[in-house]
Amino acid sequence: MHALKGIDLTIERGEFFGLLGQNGAGKSTLINIVAGLTRFDAGRVTVLGRDVRTDYRQARRLIGVVPQEISFDPFFNVREVLRIQSGYFGLRANDAWIDELLTALMLNEKADTNMRALSGGMKRRVMIAQALVHKPEVVVLDEPTAGVDVQLRKSLWTFINKLHREGHTIVLTTHYLEEAEALCGRIAILNRGEIAALDTKARLLARGIGHTRRVCITTQDPLGTLPEALAPKVLRQEGNQIELQLDKTADSVIAALDALRSRGAVITDFNMEGADLEDVFVELTGREQP
Amino acid sequence: MNLTGLYTLFYKEVLRFGKVLLQTLIAPIITALLYLLVFGQVFGGRVQVFGGVSYTAFLIPGLVMMSLIQNAFANSSSSLIQSKVTGNLIFVMLTPLSHLEFFLAFVLAAAVRGMLVGTGVYLVGTLFVALPIHHLGFILVFAFLSSAVLGATGLIAGIWAEKFDQLAGFQNFIILPLSFLSGVFYSIHSLPDFWQKLSRFNPFFYMIDGFRYGFLGASDIAPSFSLLVVTLALAALTGLTLLMLKTGYKLRD
Repeated sequence: MHALKGIDLTIERGEFFGLLGQNGAGKSTLINIVAGLTRFDAGRVTVLGRDVRTDYRQARRLIGVVPQEISFDPFFNVREVLRIQSGYFGLRANDAWIDELLTALMLNEKADTNMRALSGGMKRRVMIAQALVHKPEVVVLDEPTAGVDVQLRKSLWTFINKLHREGHTIVLTTHYLEEAEALCGRIAILNRGEIAALDTKARLLARGIGHTRRVCITTQDPLGTLPEALAPKVLRQEGNQIELQLDKTADSVIAALDALRSRGAVITDFNMEGADLEDVFVELTGREQP
Repeated sequence: MNLTGLYTLFYKEVLRFGKVLLQTLIAPIITALLYLLVFGQVFGGRVQVFGGVSYTAFLIPGLVMMSLIQNAFANSSSSLIQSKVTGNLIFVMLTPLSHLEFFLAFVLAAAVRGMLVGTGVYLVGTLFVALPIHHLGFILVFAFLSSAVLGATGLIAGIWAEKFDQLAGFQNFIILPLSFLSGVFYSIHSLPDFWQKLSRFNPFFYMIDGFRYGFLGASDIAPSFSLLVVTLALAALTGLTLLMLKTGYKLRD
């Protein structure tokens, strides 16, 4: 069993790099290998030139990883957790930086609160602070916004952007295309342990990736045969529901609705969403994911 | 050597049991006190141990060592399994701490807990009988080496176990019987020949016998031999634990 197959990837210093893929594509495995959390049988991995196996001490000083799963030590409060984490990296008097992190992550008032008493979003922010206590040059965030509400997601984006502007190399994994689009300069798309696409965001978008949207239309009565123009765009048709994949620029949603109405359909509901990763895979590989 | 890192992990491990002293220090002392009351009352004057030594004076060093053994083991094993199950071990795994530093921090913290509990049991014991101290050096060396052996054993169990259930099995089917059947409550010379011979295969027997020699100046076998056995046990378990940590067995999968 190989979770990853022949990945050859170089992330440049100072880059904001996005690692995209569906669940199980191998994103976390790749991150864990770089972070030294997972052993690997073949190949070589370096962080700013430091081999993660033979020179792991330096490699780990250079990288800060925010794990995907929320976990915490219930014995300690926020400040204790951050002091202990600093100590592991050999840093004794780190309180000035810890205070800065607490301020930046809006955790000031919670410094003396036990980890158990924090909300999920706060625990996530403590984990980000933990990853930054040793001021690592490379920051890796494994799905930092999974299960996070919209408001916190935006404030995390702002914070991560600030880190990038300050010169950190950022690697972000996500399965939200929108997140990668909003933040990343270059994007790799992982599919079943292999790199399915690797390019700048601009060029990936120019290739049409992410240029489609899904439209789901509900009609009063079940639809019969469809207008010819719509037939190639149908993703799914069931009873009185039809799902179309439309190009954001070339296809008009109104035209599609009109075409259905012209067949006498009475439209009772419709909703639209931007392309998600599944669409990107369909576009890239020309086949449906299992 | 990342000494600050090593010290921090050690300090964290000590702080962890320090925050729940009722469970980690007071409770085992009370348990030992109950043994002392019950067994001291029932067997006192009836069981012949070393010539001229009262049963209670014989029992106390054994109880001290048994409590030390069980608590040193509990400290490293329960800390590790909790961190594994809740997932927060990852914050240690992401740091530049080496396998040796990780090992030393856990084992030393386990030794501190074991020896603190042992001291507590000893102090309670002195309320019952004036215990002689024949050789303080033997007492301290056996206390430290034995708690280190159990700290390392606790690490092995904590690394190996994936669930609390498995760890409880390790504790109840290996540590508990071995520590009970090691001469805490009796001199092995009072056992039938077969059981005497079997006791020689129990490493805890040497810990208790050598430790008891430090107090009473009398023992079932030569204390220098016990010292050798305990030292070799520590060396072997240290080697095994370091190998597990270095290869990342079950921790970096």
